Amino acid sequence: MGNYSFMIRIANAQGFWGDSLEAPLEQLRGGPIDYLTLDYLAEVTMSILQKQFTRDPQAGYARDFPQMIERGAKEIVERNVKVVANAGGVNPETCGEAVAAALARAGYPGRMKIGVVTGDNILSRLDDLIARGIELRNMDTGEPLEAIRPQVRSANVYLGAFPIAEALELGAQIVVTGRCSDVALSLGPSIHEFAWKRDDWDRLAAGVVGGHVVECGAQATGGNCQVDWETIPDLAGIGYPILEAEPDGRFAITKHPGTGGRVTVAGVSEQLVYEIGDPRAYITPDVVADFTTIQLRQAGTNRVQFWGIRGRPATEFYKVSISYSAGFKASGTMTYGWPDAYRKAKTADQILRTRLERLGLKFAAIHSEYVGANACHGDALSGPPSPDLAEVTLRVGVRGNDAAAIERFTRELAPLALNGPPVGTYPASGKPKVEDVMAYWPALIPKSEVTAQVMVKEA
Amino acid sequence: MPRVQLRQIAHARSGDKGDCANIGLIALRPEDYPALVEQVTAERVKEHFRELCRGRVERFELPNLHALNFLLYEALDGGGTVSLRTDAQGKTLSAALLRMEIEI
Repeated sequence: MGNYSFMIRIANAQGFWGDSLEAPLEQLRGGPIDYLTLDYLAEVTMSILQKQFTRDPQAGYARDFPQMIERGAKEIVERNVKVVANAGGVNPETCGEAVAAALARAGYPGRMKIGVVTGDNILSRLDDLIARGIELRNMDTGEPLEAIRPQVRSANVYLGAFPIAEALELGAQIVVTGRCSDVALSLGPSIHEFAWKRDDWDRLAAGVVGGHVVECGAQATGGNCQVDWETIPDLAGIGYPILEAEPDGRFAITKHPGTGGRVTVAGVSEQLVYEIGDPRAYITPDVVADFTTIQLRQAGTNRVQFWGIRGRPATEFYKVSISYSAGFKASGTMTYGWPDAYRKAKTADQILRTRLERLGLKFAAIHSEYVGANACHGDALSGPPSPDLAEVTLRVGVRGNDAAAIERFTRELAPLALNGPPVGTYPASGKPKVEDVMAYWPALIPKSEVTAQVMVKEA
Repeated sequence: MPRVQLRQIAHARSGDKGDCANIGLIALRPEDYPALVEQVTAERVKEHFRELCRGRVERFELPNLHALNFLLYEALDGGGTVSLRTDAQGKTLSAALLRMEIEI
């Protein structure tokens, strides 16, 4: 570590909303860090938060975040750690106020500035945009948004890292954003600390690659790693990733000493290829990174070093994530025991389908799986199930626009326990729940149509 | 030439973007990468996943990581929130690819 002229440590402690509640505190307490980044927003999250906001204008953000700030306030203040999180959801201003209140409750009122980034939420502007000829066509199907306009529930632009850097520039110690690219959370701090410019394409690309490695938390430090997975030490106490960034774009990935997990070229490489498309053009709001230029090597225990990364100019567009209501679904299970568990489950499925048909129920889709036999990889790859399997769980799901039909389906599984094949056991949790289906509509919007706003206030 | 299952010479990670799954396949030893490039073609991967993937398969090379990246279109029954599958986000497709056999 001592051979860097200038280096900042950016620790990620949340790969998605629902990730470990303890990881942020462990990152704060386990050793020196300069920044803590937390990613709360999956695609599904925005529509849930929008729904909460519609019911209650004080809601619509990740409530876990102010709670985390309250628990970690002492370390954040005493160690002067800066925190960047997209916890704002569809209500970043209120989230910022909740953070200020959390700091006051923890005994640290008026000790720091809080920055809030907005401008990503374009839900209220959709009709105006469409009227002016910005069709927000689906990137996959080419259809204009008009086709599903009444069903739209949320619409957010993926903003870049520069608004975060601006908030830090204005003295914010905690930065709360709405929707932004996942990598922006760690790229923003590097832009701020190293004064990277908007056309420093190679450095920005390096920041994007570093951000991509840490954005999924412990997936970079031995979590979900296939190589020698049983020998990875202490997964119960797995350390989350730390990005050690340098001004010229070189960086290393490591974790706190004494934590579990493992940082290796193999594990980090798995994360590099996770959820990417064309590796020569990893498009972000700030730069197009070329993943085929990445050079990396093991540079000691639990340390992987990166260099050589190249980038190209950013595009003229932001990506927009739009969610829309697309009907209902439900799925339920029934478990059959040895012997011939698979055949019993298969027979139960045929009986169930016959009954649904006789009831005249119509679904857009019905899907049956045999958990324990071939649910994940399908029939063709899994091969014929052994008649000696200890048990097989039949899992049936239906989807469609007719809520009443879906509701009726949820009543048809339990009777099989008494009136179907032998030794079936029905889950004690009861009948399946009917869920709303939210679907996604990825689109592009010209950058000229979007202005990020940055507000920095005393807590 | 001996046939091996990919799990013996490679590792992988998979995930989702809408209804499209990606599988990154990485050679455990650099010397096995050319065999992956030669034999684990987009066509073979499409055939391998014929039951799960309704669309096309696209392949990209990352020689710097001794890795290939596959995009499997229409492979997730409508995508993460719409899908009725247990593996709605394609997380286990990485291991499913490692079932494939090649010659080395």
